[in-house]
Amino acid sequence: MNEVRRLQPQFPTLARQRDADHFGMLIFLSTEVLIFGGIFAALFVLRAQHSAEYARSSTQMHYWLGGINTAVLLTSSAVVALMVEAVKAGAARLAKWLILGAIALGLAFVAIKFTEYALEYRDGVVPLLSPAHLHAGPDTLFMDLYFVATGLHALHVFGGLTLLGSLIWPFGRARRDTSAVFAGNAALYWHLVDVIWIFLYPTLYLAR
Amino acid sequence: MNAYGWPTQASRYAQHVDWLIGGFGLLVVALAAPVFILSAIYLVRFRHGRKVDRSDAERGSVLLETSWALIPFLLVIGFYVVSTRMFLDQQSPPDHALTINVVAKQWMWKFQHAGGQAEINELHVPVGRPIRLVMTSQDVIHSLYLPALRIKQDVLPGRYTQEWFDADKTGTFAIRCAEYCGTDHSVMGGQVIVQTPVDFARWQAQAGADKSLAQRGHELFDRLGCAGCHGANAQGQEGAVRAPPLVGLYGRPVPLADGSIVTGDDQYIHDSIMLPNKQIAAGYKPIMPPFGNVLNEQQVAQLEAFIRSLGAGEDK
Amino acid sequence: MTEALSHMNPRMSQEAIPNTMEERRSYLAEGHSLKSWLTTTDHKRIAILYLLSITFFFACGGVAAALIRLELLTPAPDLLTNDGYNRAFSLHGIIMVWFFLIPSIPTVFGNFLLPLMIGAKDLAFPRLNLASWYIFMIGGLATLATVVLGGVDTGWTFYTPFSSTYSNGAVFMAITAVFISGFSSILTGINFIVTVHKLRCPGMTWGRLPLFVWAHYATAIIFVLATPVLTVTLVLVALERVVGIGIFDPKLGGDPLLFQHLFWFYSHPAVYIMVLPAMGVVSELITNAAHKQIFGYWFVAGSAIAIAVIGFMVWGHHMFVSGQSPYASAIFSFLSIVVAVPSAIKVYNWTATLHKGDIVIDGPLLYALGFIGLFTVGGLTGLMLTMLPIDVHVTDTYFVVAHFHFIMVGGSVSAFFGALHFWWPKITGRLYNDLWARISAMLIFLGFVATFGPQFVLGYEGMPRRYHIYPAVFQPLNVMSSVGALVLAVGYLFPVLYLLRSLRYGKPAGPNPWGATGLEWTTPSPPPKDNFETVPVVDKQAYCYPVGGRDEQSRPRTQKAKAGE
Repeated sequence: MNEVRRLQPQFPTLARQRDADHFGMLIFLSTEVLIFGGIFAALFVLRAQHSAEYARSSTQMHYWLGGINTAVLLTSSAVVALMVEAVKAGAARLAKWLILGAIALGLAFVAIKFTEYALEYRDGVVPLLSPAHLHAGPDTLFMDLYFVATGLHALHVFGGLTLLGSLIWPFGRARRDTSAVFAGNAALYWHLVDVIWIFLYPTLYLAR
Repeated sequence: MNAYGWPTQASRYAQHVDWLIGGFGLLVVALAAPVFILSAIYLVRFRHGRKVDRSDAERGSVLLETSWALIPFLLVIGFYVVSTRMFLDQQSPPDHALTINVVAKQWMWKFQHAGGQAEINELHVPVGRPIRLVMTSQDVIHSLYLPALRIKQDVLPGRYTQEWFDADKTGTFAIRCAEYCGTDHSVMGGQVIVQTPVDFARWQAQAGADKSLAQRGHELFDRLGCAGCHGANAQGQEGAVRAPPLVGLYGRPVPLADGSIVTGDDQYIHDSIMLPNKQIAAGYKPIMPPFGNVLNEQQVAQLEAFIRSLGAGEDK
Repeated sequence: MTEALSHMNPRMSQEAIPNTMEERRSYLAEGHSLKSWLTTTDHKRIAILYLLSITFFFACGGVAAALIRLELLTPAPDLLTNDGYNRAFSLHGIIMVWFFLIPSIPTVFGNFLLPLMIGAKDLAFPRLNLASWYIFMIGGLATLATVVLGGVDTGWTFYTPFSSTYSNGAVFMAITAVFISGFSSILTGINFIVTVHKLRCPGMTWGRLPLFVWAHYATAIIFVLATPVLTVTLVLVALERVVGIGIFDPKLGGDPLLFQHLFWFYSHPAVYIMVLPAMGVVSELITNAAHKQIFGYWFVAGSAIAIAVIGFMVWGHHMFVSGQSPYASAIFSFLSIVVAVPSAIKVYNWTATLHKGDIVIDGPLLYALGFIGLFTVGGLTGLMLTMLPIDVHVTDTYFVVAHFHFIMVGGSVSAFFGALHFWWPKITGRLYNDLWARISAMLIFLGFVATFGPQFVLGYEGMPRRYHIYPAVFQPLNVMSSVGALVLAVGYLFPVLYLLRSLRYGKPAGPNPWGATGLEWTTPSPPPKDNFETVPVVDKQAYCYPVGGRDEQSRPRTQKAKAGE
């Protein structure tokens, strides 16, 4: 067994320490869910109070691009899951390539997202910056929440990419830890980023 | 306050609230008293150094736990039923209530009577008649608090809220703002002056209301050019500029462009004037200019009174 | 004078007592440099760092309170301008809530005691613990920056659209301070939950955990689930204020009530963060004072979890007059009654614990009794507030101010002082002068009742909160309240003096001066860096005091593993 993480004094066994790391990560992820929960709450309230305008705004979303993005993120999650298996099997080099693949997909997601933002700017539905075709009231509010939600999500995508990238450098030896503690936690974070998008997509794009 | 320092009760409802807190106060004292009394007894009886039988102390009792959880809970629920009913009743003013428009702004209260009388920080009302306050704010959240009547309601921007009361004694009672609203929150107050019907009528006459609220609204309607699109008698217009008729609008269901149907109530009329593109009437284009930056809330209340008066097909 | 006192109190000596052997081998002796303290990962040192920080913030919040009570001596605005007063009560609230009450017991006593109570060497993530403290301090710095920038005048509740559009104060900086402090809470919560799950020593089953641990576990759940909602809400307010997106301002198409729902969804559970740890402390103090098993262990433990869970369902009771649907108000009213039941269960169980106890009335017990008395009054006035017509009259008045101060100050701060006294010998290795402790406890109790009792009356008579110019008829009660505040302040000052004095003049405490059960009392006072020489093994329940009263020495509740076993 290739144990690269030292046993910390407060833990009686390495197994217990791994358990604790994993559990701690899960709890941290639940806090992330609740952060987005606040934004989802605002979106649901908006939908309940102004369902017609909400549907109209949602129809104007580029749902093809959003759909492609959903597929991109799902694929990247699958790649990351494979990466964890590779680490557990001791295939550190394969894991490195899988990470690079996932990062590429993640960057593709961001590129598509920014393309969408540019299209929205051109269409004149960006509050404050390019609001020519935005009606006052719920339409503006929808776009406000759209930018806040997807912007916050994009920040988390960058966070996830950084975390994954750190498995290449400077924490490359974590790929050689066959109990996959760090790799597993980075993967969990990436899966959460994916899951949040899976809820954002229908909430924003498919309410028609 | 009365002679005993008890706050004045200016309505039957206020008396009911006082009975409620008195009765409930007795209940909570009864629920808490055992704790204080028994603790004191135990502290003395079982103090270290006293020779007393400490054997066989129980470690728990499901029966006791269930009882002291369930019995207080059920007693409190009894009060809950009474309280909630009182509260829900207070949400619906009687149909014959006298409606007064209230606009709150930093840091004053503006009142408009249907007859056109306008007051600032002072509100004259007749005794023995239900009074309904329809309120909105021009800026931040305020709260209209009438302690002697035991009622309070937050006043929101962009929305109407209401509260009602039926004062049963004449006198002058405090109005206080009860939602922190900035620098002069502490002094944003005034008085409600409850008068006999005779005195109130006299006040109405000399309060300088040459025009009713609806008449002022009609003047605004003409002055602002609403007639240009909606027609001189608000009957609507076809042709190059189409605008919906406003006669009979109040209280009627209004079909919207997106297929939904809303009621033409105060809130709808308010939003149609201030933010017309929020809801577009079916069959019409979204070309009405917004008046949010041109009108204040009092003027909107006047226009609403005018449109309400069209409901009967008459122009006052 | 000192002679007379030390004669009456065998715990203090006339001369300074040099460091004992235990102190020289303890966590306190592991490095004396500033660096050793600022880079420590020892949960006990981090607890001390927090103790110093929150004491500082308590003093800051106390200065704001003093300004408020001084101003309110007269109906006229003679001490502060309108804007100055608005900043005073806003800063008082922000500092006391986020930089004193929410951290207080969990970060000082939770951090120090949780590993000791479960037989562990530290928390699960010691470096994360230190990070929590640094994040807390950065948030605190931002609060001080808020003061320097002229203060904020939105109240601690930041209601929109006043805070998002109209206020002229340093709103963004204040929001930033609270936003940052939230991450400190979240990390502490994660640490506590994982610690309780994964670091219990052999034999320490869930059913043998001290109730202090249960209380902190429930609190940690709230930390983790509620705080993120505040985080995102503050982000939205900041975006509205700085960039002008319209979520909460109707003029921009938003809904001010949405802010209130999001804010109170966090802030109601937050008040349980402020009270649950205090209840955990009281369970420890009562069982020790009575030297007896707690009555209804599982009911007390379970009620902590019940309070945490149901506490998430009642936020709308802060909004009965806000303009929310009356039917929603009716539902929140009902649920708020439900959430009172577990608290009542605790109070009844503590009383029953005293029955057939062997009670020594000392400082810690007086603080615990202070908690029970004042929390009960506060909680029952809370029940009054669940009754909708009563709330409509007294919400936003001094009645509510009195209600929450009874719980948070009368309750939680009393419990904090009780904990400070009870575990002081363990933390420092020294005993303090108990006569002064009892005097302080009584001063605090009386000062508190004098300060906040009149405010119930003021509220019912119609004095709104956040008023600094008020009708003259309210002056007598306000004067009574301000005088009470002076007594309260003196009561809070005394412990600082005699506890600090005990560091030099207090007799060495020994491992278990109270004869208490609990693993923390089986190790030297102060404890060594790794807490236990050998891993404890537990075979008894918590609070296994000898039946029938105190004997000469209570046997500690663990068998220490003998060498070679």
